[in-house]
Amino acid sequence: MTKKMPPEFYQLLEEIQAIDFVIVELNLYLDTHPTDYEAIRQFNEQTEKSMKLKIAFEQKFGPLMNFGRSYSNYPFNWIDTPWPWQV
Amino acid sequence: MWYYEKKLQYPVRVSTCNPMLAKFLIEQYGGADGELAAALRYMNQRYTIPDKVVGLLTDIATEEFSHLEMIATMIYKLTKDATPEMLKEAGLGDYYVNHDRALFYQNAAGAPFTATYIQAKGDPIADLYEDIAAEEKARATYQWIIDLSDDTDLNDSLKFLREREIVHSQRFREAVEILKEDQNQKKVF
Amino acid sequence: MFSQYKYWMPYISPFDPCKPIKVKSYATPPQLYMGFQPPNLPQFATPKEALRAGTLWPALFSAYPNPHNGGVKND
Repeated sequence: MTKKMPPEFYQLLEEIQAIDFVIVELNLYLDTHPTDYEAIRQFNEQTEKSMKLKIAFEQKFGPLMNFGRSYSNYPFNWIDTPWPWQV
Repeated sequence: MWYYEKKLQYPVRVSTCNPMLAKFLIEQYGGADGELAAALRYMNQRYTIPDKVVGLLTDIATEEFSHLEMIATMIYKLTKDATPEMLKEAGLGDYYVNHDRALFYQNAAGAPFTATYIQAKGDPIADLYEDIAAEEKARATYQWIIDLSDDTDLNDSLKFLREREIVHSQRFREAVEILKEDQNQKKVF
Repeated sequence: MFSQYKYWMPYISPFDPCKPIKVKSYATPPQLYMGFQPPNLPQFATPKEALRAGTLWPALFSAYPNPHNGGVKND
């Protein structure tokens, strides 16, 4: 069975990867700079952006997370390909 | 606990079917300074390190698991459709005999992963210096793999991973400063 | 000018079997110099640029291979 992901899948995924990367960087920075108010503001702002992007992505391409962090369609589409190492 | 997210931290592209690169990359999968050793080292140290740096160790350990997944993706893609003949030519004949194309936690020379790669001295300064050294060694390993690789797409992902070692080293160095209480935080008894 | 690479010239013997590499280099990336990261360092303009660089802050970025020798690997 060959299923090909549309260009939009890769675009949206990379947009999420980019925002989530900024969040990782700010998170590690805040671990050692817990009183940097501006960095916390940016962290919260990017977190909100990430959540919105993921809702849009999941409506098109299915759940990003397991164990109740994402909603499922019928049939249970968490198990659908492609997995990250396959894309 | 942990949740899984169905995405890589950074896109991994491989442009050529070159199983020999997989043979080199496996160093960062199951080698002494690889991503598995890093993730397990930090995840294990956090239980006994002073509370102030537990968050950092937890977060860097978690990120290392996403790097392990990136390395696995590279190895998977480089060997997925390689014929036994190609694997043999790449020096992976003995690997194929033992594992087919299954991933295995070993270093580039074939030595299986061992818990002795993970130091845990219990002394916070000793452990953090160990972590800084581990990051620098992993950075060097990425440099040597990039030197051996002509795959520009693969090298793009490897440069990302090399840069992450730099940032982690920076944070561990800050953690040492925090434990030295050099951040204008005077002791109150 | 500050460089993230340092150079040295190893002793060359007339009996060395391989063609000598006259100048050798090693990396000295930014984390060796930064100390405790100061607040409000300039950031890459977009999240995508940060992702591509592998860091949010240009001050922590390190290029490899060494861009100052034309990107020649393992010089």
